[in-house]
Amino acid sequence: MSLSIRIIPCLDVTDGRVVKGVNFIDLTDAGDPVEMASTYNSEGADELTFLDISASSSGRETTLDVVRKTAEQVFIPLTVGGGIRTVDDVDKLLRAGADKISINTAAIERPQLIAEIADRFGSQVLVLSVDARRARSASGFEVTTHGGRKSAELDALAWVEKACQLGVGEILLNSMDADGTRAGYDIGMIEAVRKVANVPLIASGGAGSLQDFARALDAGADALLAASVFHFGVHRIGDVKKYLREQGYSVRMPATF
Amino acid sequence: MIAILDYGSGNLRSAQRAFEASGADVVVTRDSSVALSAKGLVVPGVGAFAACMRGLMSVGGDDIVRKRKEAGNATLGICVGMQILFRDGDEHAGAELNKGVGIWQESITKINAPVLPHMGWNTVDIVGNSTLFKGVEKESFYFVHSYAAKNAVGKSQAWSTYGEKILAAVEDGPVAATQFHPEKSGAAGLKLIKNWVESL
Repeated sequence: MSLSIRIIPCLDVTDGRVVKGVNFIDLTDAGDPVEMASTYNSEGADELTFLDISASSSGRETTLDVVRKTAEQVFIPLTVGGGIRTVDDVDKLLRAGADKISINTAAIERPQLIAEIADRFGSQVLVLSVDARRARSASGFEVTTHGGRKSAELDALAWVEKACQLGVGEILLNSMDADGTRAGYDIGMIEAVRKVANVPLIASGGAGSLQDFARALDAGADALLAASVFHFGVHRIGDVKKYLREQGYSVRMPATF
Repeated sequence: MIAILDYGSGNLRSAQRAFEASGADVVVTRDSSVALSAKGLVVPGVGAFAACMRGLMSVGGDDIVRKRKEAGNATLGICVGMQILFRDGDEHAGAELNKGVGIWQESITKINAPVLPHMGWNTVDIVGNSTLFKGVEKESFYFVHSYAAKNAVGKSQAWSTYGEKILAAVEDGPVAATQFHPEKSGAAGLKLIKNWVESL
């Protein structure tokens, strides 16, 4: 027996509601993050991620409420990302019940934020989200901002290495080229990042077929995050896990008692 | 009544709800008389060994755990709350190791694995007669840590493998501890918590 691979659904939340359609499960309220979290939990999600896309500070306050309610009802790890800029933001989310937080742009603008968060709360709470794409940078992969529209003028592998030294506990690697295509994860990018990251690696972007999940694991991902492929019912979490288990991966099946 | 010791480590509200799910009355407290007299005491812990130990001592938690043990009253340590029950630990330590409560005379040392933390769901192998794992022997539990005990202590042990064999849980009379987070381990974790509460 060994450590299981992880399947992580990601929910976009704004002003306390889940956005992007969720049209496959029998929900009384498809916009309720707590109900969605609970449903994914019973389907076998190994962790949950909320991405807060609220534009206003009142929207962010509402997110704290959502985190609080979810953490009190769903007993699996919860990561929250989106708009986190200070140690104080992290403190609020952890107090509300988040187990991990993910940072992205704020760390690019001020890498020292990584060390500040790690020193205060430990590396294990800190996920670095990296939006990367293929480009003519040193390694062939560069970091982007603004949802992949802008180059951060930063080599992706150099950034991951630096972030590991500064104290991140986990890397969430989003392929901006593959994102939304359902044509498969960017395998070359996962392999390249795996070589320089000495912390767990979550791959994201491009999941389509069941084989795609297996290929990303073979490339070195420890965990796989997906949004639309689950929300739109292309695959159920249980089906992905069943497939991977049949292929010989170590997979946690949800407890039934 | 179950008391969860509040010494400034981690979010305690979700832990409280997980223990309440077992049907128990649960308080989060830093009051030593409440912590001493509770039927069961939970010592959580998130962060670094030395920081947690400082926090524990600031509320007199080290004494409370020792006194409870002598009186035969149950204590459950979770994650770093397990680690600080040991003699010492080498996390960010200099020449001298960080001192723990010393319930168990072994050290907490860095896990020998290329990728750390050990993060995610892992299974356990149980040695001895376990109360905690009754009915969940084959389940997975959620771990997040880079340091662990490597040698057996107590009457019953659960072992996991990540790079090497690490101690995932201990049961030793009134004192028990889990390296994983039962409050984050879904239905299996809630069952383990229930097993502990019902043993009190």
